Order: sequence, then C-alpha cells, then structure tokens
Amino acid sequence: MDKPLDLLQGTLDMLILKAVSLGPLHGYGVLLRIQQISKDRLEIQQGSLYPALYRLEHQGWITSEWGESENNRKAKYYRLTAAGKRRLQTEAAKWNTMADVIAGILHTTPEEV
Amino acid sequence: MTLWSRFRSWLRTTVRRSRMESEMDAELKFHIEAYAEDLVRKGLPREEAMRRARTEFGGIERAKEECREARGVTFLESLIQDIRYSLRVLRKSPGFTAIAILTIALGIGATTAIFSLVDATLLHPLPYPHPEELVRIEDDLPGAGATDAGISIPEFKDLQRSEIFQYVVLEIFGSANLTGASQPSRMQYEGVSPAYFAMLGVKPELGQTFDPQDQTPGFTLDVVISDGLWKRAFGSDPHIVGRSLRADNDLYRVIGVMPPGFHDPGRTVGERNTEQWAALNFSSANRSLRLPLETVGRLKPGLTVAAAQSQLDALVASLREQFPDDYPADSKWTVRLVPLKENVVGNVRQSLILLLGAVALVLVIGCVNVANLLLARASARSQEMAVRQALGAASKRLVRQLLTESLLLSLLGGVAGLVILFCMKGVLLRLIPESLPRLNDLSINWTVMLIALAASIAAGVIFGLAPARQAGRLNLASTLRVEGRGSKGSTEQTRTRRVLVVTEFALSLVLMVAAGLLLRSFWDLYKVPLGFNPQHVMSVQLWLPSPNDPKTDIYGTAAQEAVFARELLRRSRLLPGVQEAALGAEPSIPLHHDRNRSALIVEGRQTQSKQTPLVERSQVTPEYFHLLGIPVLRGRLFNDGDDEHAPLVAVINQAMAETYWRGENPLGKRLRLGAGRAGVGQRAIKTWITIVGVIADARTESLANASVPQIYLSLYQETPKELAIFLRGDLNASAIPEEVRAMVQSVDPELPVYGAQMLNDAVTASLEQRRFSMDIVAAFAVTALLLAALGIYGVISYIVSERTHEIGIRLALGAQRGDVMRIVLRQGLSLAIAGAAVGLVGALIVSHLMAGLLYGVRPTDPLTFAGVSILLISVALLACYIPARRAMRVDPLVALRYE
Repeated sequence: MDKPLDLLQGTLDMLILKAVSLGPLHGYGVLLRIQQISKDRLEIQQGSLYPALYRLEHQGWITSEWGESENNRKAKYYRLTAAGKRRLQTEAAKWNTMADVIAGILHTTPEEV
Repeated sequence: MTLWSRFRSWLRTTVRRSRMESEMDAELKFHIEAYAEDLVRKGLPREEAMRRARTEFGGIERAKEECREARGVTFLESLIQDIRYSLRVLRKSPGFTAIAILTIALGIGATTAIFSLVDATLLHPLPYPHPEELVRIEDDLPGAGATDAGISIPEFKDLQRSEIFQYVVLEIFGSANLTGASQPSRMQYEGVSPAYFAMLGVKPELGQTFDPQDQTPGFTLDVVISDGLWKRAFGSDPHIVGRSLRADNDLYRVIGVMPPGFHDPGRTVGERNTEQWAALNFSSANRSLRLPLETVGRLKPGLTVAAAQSQLDALVASLREQFPDDYPADSKWTVRLVPLKENVVGNVRQSLILLLGAVALVLVIGCVNVANLLLARASARSQEMAVRQALGAASKRLVRQLLTESLLLSLLGGVAGLVILFCMKGVLLRLIPESLPRLNDLSINWTVMLIALAASIAAGVIFGLAPARQAGRLNLASTLRVEGRGSKGSTEQTRTRRVLVVTEFALSLVLMVAAGLLLRSFWDLYKVPLGFNPQHVMSVQLWLPSPNDPKTDIYGTAAQEAVFARELLRRSRLLPGVQEAALGAEPSIPLHHDRNRSALIVEGRQTQSKQTPLVERSQVTPEYFHLLGIPVLRGRLFNDGDDEHAPLVAVINQAMAETYWRGENPLGKRLRLGAGRAGVGQRAIKTWITIVGVIADARTESLANASVPQIYLSLYQETPKELAIFLRGDLNASAIPEEVRAMVQSVDPELPVYGAQMLNDAVTASLEQRRFSMDIVAAFAVTALLLAALGIYGVISYIVSERTHEIGIRLALGAQRGDVMRIVLRQGLSLAIAGAAVGLVGALIVSHLMAGLLYGVRPTDPLTFAGVSILLISVALLACYIPARRAMRVDPLVALRYE
C-alpha cells in the first residue's frame, strides 16, 4: 500500500459533506467512511475533523442530533441539510472542473502546444 | 439564511455554554473510545489501544479550542476574559489607575459640560418647531448710515402680502406696572401682531392665544401670560383663564398661559424674559415713517433664506420704483433677512466654538498624558508580555487585551466624569452668565451622553494605540534575554514618549496663547477709560404707570411729572450719605442693555428727511453729567431754566457731532426725533429741538465701543415713564435700596422700585460674558500646563532611571555632578522647545481665528507669545529639575553594583 496522501487544503469540508450525504454518521463514522471510500489512500488528522464538523454545522450545511451507536452507546449523528446538499453540488462541480483543467494541463504533450 | 443560522448557532452556543462543553467532551470521548475498541478488535491490549487512540487523535484541548472558535464563541469569551484580566491589572496598581481615570474624567466631564452648553445654544438655540424657517427682518438705509432702521406699516403690509412668508409679525417691547400683589412689581410686556404665537408654533399650556386673523386696530385687552407670571402673581391658579389683571391701572383679561420654558426669541435678556403678550395691530399709511419695531417672520415651507432673500430683493426693487418719493435713491433702502438662530446666537458663537476647541485640546492632552503613563507601564510590563507570548498567547490577543485595558480605563473615566458633572451641575450652571443667549434649559440629554460615550471610546483608542502597537511588535527573544531591562525596544518607546510630550507642549502652548490673548483683551477692556466715573454711584429704577386713558394718568403731562421729579430729587438728596443726586430716563443708566433708538430728522437736510437714521436717546436732569463726571466740550449743559415752559434743547455726544456735523458747528442746529421705546414716554417730538452742547464720548452704551451717537434731552421737558435715580456719595449699598423704596413710596405708595445697582457692578457685569470665556479658557490652559508638566516629568524620570547605570559610570569616571544635571535638563529643555516651536505655529492659526473675540490686542501680540513661551519652558525646566537632581545624586557604587 502506498503512503496515504495528505488532504488537499479545503477539501476536508467537501469530503465530510459527501460522507454524511450517504446517510447520518457520527464523527468517528465520518472518519471511517472517508477512509473506506478512499480505500485508505487518504490520511485525515483526527484532531482537525471535529473543528471542521463544528464549522459546517455553524454554517448550517449539516445538522446534528444525539442517537444510539451500533454498540448501543450515545453518539452525536450528523446529517446533511438542504443547504448542505446544494453546497455539496456546487463544490463537487467546482472540483470536477478544476480537476479536468489540471488533468488537461498535465496531459498536454509537446505536439499540442 | 446562513447568516441567520450562524447567528442562531452562535447564540445557542454562547447561551448554553456549559451544555455545549459537556456535549463536546462526550463526543470526543466517544470518538476515542470507539477508535480504541476497533484497535482492541485488531488485537491490541485495551490499555495500549486507549493510549494509541489518544495520541493519534492529537491535542484534544487544541481541537476543542478550534471547535469553540468555529462556533464564534471565543470573541465574547475572550472579551470577558480580557475585561476580567484588565480589572485585575488595574486594581493591582491603584495609583496609576486613579490618576488615569481622574485625568480622563476631567477631560470627558469638561468636554461634556461645554458640549451641553453648545448643544443648547449653538445647535438647538430655538425651542420652536421648524426653527430654520424663522427669520428676523431688518431694514437698512446704507445711504443714510443706518442699519436696522425700523419698519413702516405699509412695508409690513407689503411683506404680509408677498408670497415669501407664512407669517410676518411686528413686536414692540415695554414694561408695565403690575399692581394688586403685595408689592407693586414691574413686568416686561410685549405688544405683538396677533399671528405671533401661530408664527412661533407654540401652543398655550392653558386657554388659548390670539387669533392670527384678528384685525382689531390698536391694543386688544386680551393678554397671554408666561408660566412664570402665572406662578408668581397668580399662585398657579388653574382657573386663571378669564380672570383679569391690572397693568398700569388698566384691566386686561387673561386668555392663555404659555408653557414653562417658553421665551420670546428676543435680543436681550429683558426681551427674552417677557411675561405678558398683548395683541396689537398698527395702522399708518405713511411709508417713510419708520417705527422702532422688531419684525420677525416665518418663511414658506421649503423656502431657503437665500431664495427668500432674492425674492425680497425683487420686491424691494419694485417698491423703490413704485414710490420714488418715499425711497430716495441715495438712501439705498434694502431689507435683510437674518436667520433667527443667527440673531439669537450671533455674538457668542465664536466664544462658544473657542470654548469647545479649548476643551477638546484639554481632552487630547489628557489622552496623551494617559498614553504616556501607559507606555511607561508597558515598559515595566514588557517582561510579562514576553512571558505570555512565549506561553502561546497570540500577539493579536495581547494587543486586543491592552486595548481592552485602555478602553476600560477611558470608559471608567467617562462615567466618573459624568458623575462629577451631575454632582456639580448646580455650581456650574451658576457660572454661566445670564446674558448668554439661551432659550433652552441646559440639560445633559441623550445627545450629550452619546457624545460623552463617543469621546470616551475615542480617547481610549487614541491613548491605547501607542502602547498596544508596541506590545504587538515586542521582540520576544531580546526582551526575555535582557530580563526586561532597557533594550532596543525601549529606545523606540522613549522616542514615542518624546513625541507625545512634544505634542502635549504644543497643544498647551496653543491653549495658553488663547488664554493670554483673552486675558489681555479683558484687561484692556477692564482698564479702558470709561469716560464716566462709576465710583460710589448707585442707580435705582422706578416706573410711572401710563394707563391707556390719559385722563387717569396723574403723571400725564410734563408739568405734572416735573413736579414729582423735583420732589423726588429733593428727597433723594436727604438720604444718608448722598452727596449728589440726579434723575434720568432708564436708557441713561450706563451699560443698560435695552436700546432706545429714535429716528433723527435734521433741519434742512432733504435727503434724510424721508429715510432717517436712528440715534440713542434719553432724558436727564442737569445734575446727571456732573454726577457721572462727563465733561462738556462745547456749548453748555442743561440748567434749571430748561423746563417745561422753555423751548426744547438737547445735548449730544462727540460721536453724534462727528457723525452728523463733521466739520460743522453743531451748536444751534435744530432737529426732531421719532418715537423711541413704546409706552415709556419716549414719544415722537414734532417741534424743533435746538442743540446747546456737546459732551465728551463716554462708554455708557458699550465698553467696547466708544462712539455710539447719543442725544440727551432735558428730563423736565420730555418726561419719561421709566425713571432712574442716580446717587453719588458715601452709600451703604445694602441699606440704600430700601431707603430709596421708602422715600419713593412716601411720595406715591403705588410705585414699584427695583433694579438697585452700584455702577461699578454694572461695569463688571457687562464684562461677564468675556470674563466667562476667559476664565474657562484660562482654567483649561492651566490644566493643560499641569498635564504637560506631569508628562515631561514622567518622561525625564524614566530616562534618568534608564540611564542610572550610564550615569554611574560617568560619575565613576570623573564627570561632575553639575554636568550630569545639565545633560538631563538639556534633554527636557529640547523637548519643551520643540513643543513650543510646533505650538507657536498652531497658536498663530488659532489666534487669527479668534480675532473677533479680541479687544485692543492683535492676534500676533508678541508680548503674549513670548511670555507664554517663556512660562511654558520655565515650567518644563522646573518639572525636569526633580529627576535631574535625582540623576545628580546617583551613587556610582550603587548604580554599578546593580548591574
């Protein structure tokens, strides 16, 4: 397995939104879900996860409520709000455009210039 | 929407702080335990799993702090922390805190006091709705050398008909004898056009006012009275409306009472204190008969004064064309609109602006001083700051904390200032001269409070900025290394402090020059040759009633009154201590503020026969001039032969001779006079009056102006209703007013006697407005000087303590103690001189701006400038002398041992 990649600046928020868009999750669950989808290729600082969650909730993109975890413990679950859904869409669209542009640049051969 | 949810989230987390904290704890605990369980499942022992989970999570406390920050909790949180910490710091050094708060309290308190004065006089001078529409209308005849020459009735009707005004009213002031109370008393009344109250837009407290459309000619017998008269003479009788009052033996019916605080917008204290208003309609078809009436109008809504003036100019031009006989071209008749606000505030605007400027300077100097103190403390606290920064405090936080501290100081100072102001309100109000035009009651209202608050915050930021900036740039390593001792940082700090001291000195010099110039003006006026001798002279006033029905007037004819006047004089001479006695009309009382102007018609002058200038007129008995020590220059004074049977004669002053008979001999010239003040026997004189004498100019009208044209008639020939008794001699000032009252009432018990004053006091009183602004500016200047001295003392002391070690070395190497002292003094001197140099430039600007307030001294008066500079520098040297002596006494052994 390759050494996990560090997260690009500003992408953590988008990943969290994506993760909770698939279903309500608690903070640890968000971590696990991102690692699972990325097949452990992304490294997320656990300490930076919670400030990000709090920031997103403060901005109204996710909302939280207390519930029961898989092993019957109290845990705080995060869910995407309508505003968060829109936000995720625009962020994803922006990201895709950016990725296309950069990929295009990187694939450029000398003949094409 | 997001803004709203953000706010809600912020509110929630702020309000339910503890719940959020425990939830956060639970959430993070859950995370770590869940992770640890997963690790256990992978085969790690439980304890090892917990340890790894914690380490991999990273700094829990930092994460929590970031979470709090993400919710916007920290701002309020850290503000409260800062305030708590600041309070602790301030409590720890009570001396510093007390001085700083007191300085600010002084500045804010004084600023607020002056501002409330300015607010009530300059900013809101007129307590009437839409005050910007109110104007005074003045007629000028520049060709005849007359300004504000009065108005003729046809002109008044033209103004009413014009489309310029909503209302135009005429006013005439007089006084009447109110009888029926325990003591007969005098009251000021005003005859006004019926639209007067409608024009001012003020409703009565009780009853009603006049019908603006009323056209009844002459005086109506309905009157409106002031709240003051209602309380004083009628015991606040709630059924006053419909009752009658007797003024000068005439019965009037009270139809309304005005609310408390209602004043006529008059020019003088007397006019503003009007207590009774009677409706009056004038009728006269003579366009060139100018009556000494005041004209006030309210412009049509939305019309500016400038626009109204240009419409009025067009009207005047067409009238001049229409009536060429009444408006000869060479008299150049014009009509001028003066905003009523201007007219009320007029001559005190400059003084008040000066006061406001002065107090602002004191506030700034106070701020600079506190900044200086804070800087000195900052150097003592640089160690603390460095340690806090090393422990992880962001320098932004430190700056914020220092600003919080200074804002806290300034707000505390502001509150203290307001508290002091409230406590001293009574004392301060008594300092304000009565002649200061104010129709509003002074109050510390919300505007004033807001200004005080704003000033406090501004002050806090101003004086907090320098030390806070310094803390923000603190060099951690070097500060910690040298253990807080002087280093590069402190050189820069010393530089800032020097700049502050120079500023203080410059500002103080400006204030002191202003105070010095005012002082010299006041002194010049105080010492000005009066032209009359007020020593040991007392004047007492009395008033003869003049009822509307002449048959009931026992003083109706000159012969009747002359008998009374002679008897009064005879009995006056018998009063204890009296050496000389004279009688005069009220306007003959020196420095009496009410004007009594009459139109002047000179025989044989065609150009002036139609449009005439006005002169000040009064009547006196022959003894008057000798009693006041006014010498005759040409011709003769009055004698006992100038009585009711002899042809009319007049004595004029030099100024009048110069104005109307320049290069001619005025003796033997003849003239006529129009009416003066209404209802007090200043009637128009239709027969020719011959000039028999010219007296020297005396400053009886105004101390600042020696050349007001004046004419005197013989009291026995033209009997006035308002009389003044003049007594000279060895008078007992406390007993004589009662003796005069008893004497007058022994002749006629119905007569009111009032207004007893020593002329010396009148002279002093006429200077009270100048004195008021001079006193205040001088007090501010002294305060500024003290603050500046304190500032320079602080800086020099600081420099000396910084250099103790160096001084020790110098002394050890053989420097003379005198040299050490000279070095220190030179430093102080250079600061003071730099400050004085900057201040001189500022003072020159300010002194030119205040030229209108000066009398007899030029704005560039070298004596004042030099004297003030020398005083300032001497005080600076004195303030530096104490630390300089300390430097001189440094013991080299001690100084070096402490290294």
